[in-house]
Amino acid sequence: MAHIELRNVSKSFGANTALKGLNLTVEDGQFFVLLGETGAGKTTTLRVVAGLEKPTEGTVLIDGVDVGSWGAAERDVALVLQQYSLYPRYTVRENLEFPLKSKIRRVEPAEIKERVDRVARTLRIEHLMDRKTDRLSGGEMQRVSIGRAIVRKPRVFLMDEPLSALDAKLREALRTELKNLQMNLGATFLFVTHDQVEAMSMGDRIGVLDRGRLVQVGTPSEIYARPKNTFVARAVGSPPMNLIHGAVRDGNAVAEAGFSLPIAAAASQDGRAVTFGVRPEDIRLDAEATAKGRVHDVENHGVEKIVTVAAGDALLRLTTPASHKLAIDDTIAFSWNPDKIILFDRGSGLNLAGA
Amino acid sequence: MAAVQTTSERALNKVAIVGVLIATIIFLAPIYWIVSTSFKPRNLATTIPPTVLFEPEISPFVKLVLRRSQLREQPSPEEYAAAPWWERLVFDGGEKVVRDGQGNVQLSGYPSRFVNSLIVAIVSTVLAVGMGTITAYGFSRFKVKGEQDWLFFILSTRMLPPVVVAIPMFLMYRAVGLNDTHLGLIILYTAFNLSFSVWLMKGFIDEIPREYEEAALVDGYTRMEAFFKVVLPEAATGIAATAVFCFITAWNEYAFALIMTRRTAQTAPPFIPSQVGSGLPDWTVIASGTFLFLLPVAIFTFLLRNHLLRGMSFGAIRK
Repeated sequence: MAHIELRNVSKSFGANTALKGLNLTVEDGQFFVLLGETGAGKTTTLRVVAGLEKPTEGTVLIDGVDVGSWGAAERDVALVLQQYSLYPRYTVRENLEFPLKSKIRRVEPAEIKERVDRVARTLRIEHLMDRKTDRLSGGEMQRVSIGRAIVRKPRVFLMDEPLSALDAKLREALRTELKNLQMNLGATFLFVTHDQVEAMSMGDRIGVLDRGRLVQVGTPSEIYARPKNTFVARAVGSPPMNLIHGAVRDGNAVAEAGFSLPIAAAASQDGRAVTFGVRPEDIRLDAEATAKGRVHDVENHGVEKIVTVAAGDALLRLTTPASHKLAIDDTIAFSWNPDKIILFDRGSGLNLAGA
Repeated sequence: MAAVQTTSERALNKVAIVGVLIATIIFLAPIYWIVSTSFKPRNLATTIPPTVLFEPEISPFVKLVLRRSQLREQPSPEEYAAAPWWERLVFDGGEKVVRDGQGNVQLSGYPSRFVNSLIVAIVSTVLAVGMGTITAYGFSRFKVKGEQDWLFFILSTRMLPPVVVAIPMFLMYRAVGLNDTHLGLIILYTAFNLSFSVWLMKGFIDEIPREYEEAALVDGYTRMEAFFKVVLPEAATGIAATAVFCFITAWNEYAFALIMTRRTAQTAPPFIPSQVGSGLPDWTVIASGTFLFLLPVAIFTFLLRNHLLRGMSFGAIRK
């Protein structure tokens, strides 16, 4: 198990810059999730750590040793991909044995068998061992490729959206399984995903990537409660944070959409044009409130409803218990939790409280 | 295809089947002609209208592999009775088997020409496909400076008819002593097939996700090991298809074989028609030589048929 550090890593492909000055530390035994959209540089980061790409600039350290000149084989990392990660002509057993049969490892045949069997038990794929990999379902395939990673006992697990190609139910099940596995192994995971639910539910720490730059690193709750800028605010949370343009006047948030509600923080920001950020669960329907709106849409999620309210020309989302009866076009009044309002600079999008 | 066929679709299907049948007959007719002629008695080979029903003989094949000369006088009945069955077949055709001073039977030129064809075609196919695969892998997986220009250059070697360079090639070969050698023909055919093999294999290797090799690299294998353990098995279909094409090209090549070889390294294609001109043409012998010559390609293609079919459709659906 190992500690990974990226120092000022940049990577460009011709004129395209995939990573810009990335600094990142993954502690030993940590489940670190890199969250970002397609093209944000998540996969490039993984490939740089794995040794499949050389960074244009910067250094990669594994356990404090600069591995810049090491090949992929020497770094002793395991890589699990979204697809194409199994060797198609081999059976499941052969796939699991493959990394152990490498010349650089020299594992005894008896030990290979023992380790493969143990992994098969752990992942409950014993009944599939003699099957060719093209006869596996998507979930079974990903189990096997995770197994191929575990069987080696690598220093670091690198996972590139391993669950994205699976259907929702299976994804949820494997998510839990993977997290348990990581805790049981005490392994270091660098996990890449575009799915903020995966990031929030699995990560010990999350790094949010935006166009090759690491915007914010923190625990899931830090990222959720104190997003560093509007990009992170939008990236994390479902439904996402409401972002409302307005200004602060006399301790009130005056929205350009035409309503005004009190806020607790930032008397010093008086008069400044800002963007208010508020999570849907911090807005509530309140008959006595002064802010008025019209029900635009209602989504019933079982335990709760997500209500979209049109207030002026702004659309706000809030959550309310499912028992609450609402009809579209009802006029409603709402208020929010003044302590939970985040102020972002209108121009730069930065959190004015810092993060 | 729709599960339920309409009447018009069914009618159309029947028309299509008839069309395919006619095309098949047209394509198979020359082959039938060659095969049937190679089993005919000599006097039935050139009848008009052609003889369809006859008692098949193997005398053309016997005559094909033996050196013969015209009989001046008929063999005596004792001589005829003492001769083995194959010698009698030659006597029946008005010829006798040529023997050397020790009385050993002399073979005709055909068997050695056939072996030459096999050597040259197999070795040049292995070389062209092997080098083509490695080159294609390099172009497919690595950034090669001026990649497009190199690939175009490789293809451009096919852009003029090979015979155009026959005279300069002949002069060069004579200067370095490669005329009438196996090595000379092998080099020539490998060079012809290489561009084709590079382009075809590049298409196949481009289709193999590089994730497979990268997984192997991360799993502790070198680039070479990953190539042999992961890429090559995946490319088997493409290799088979490319090998068949290269083999057929090398096997059937006529013009250069005619110019560059005379005796030691001559292949079967220039040899077979050379027999037409000596004495009265025996079409049954020529047909049997041609028939035997068809067999290796037929067998090779048959063995690789599954790969070949997949390989063809595989290439066809590429963007």
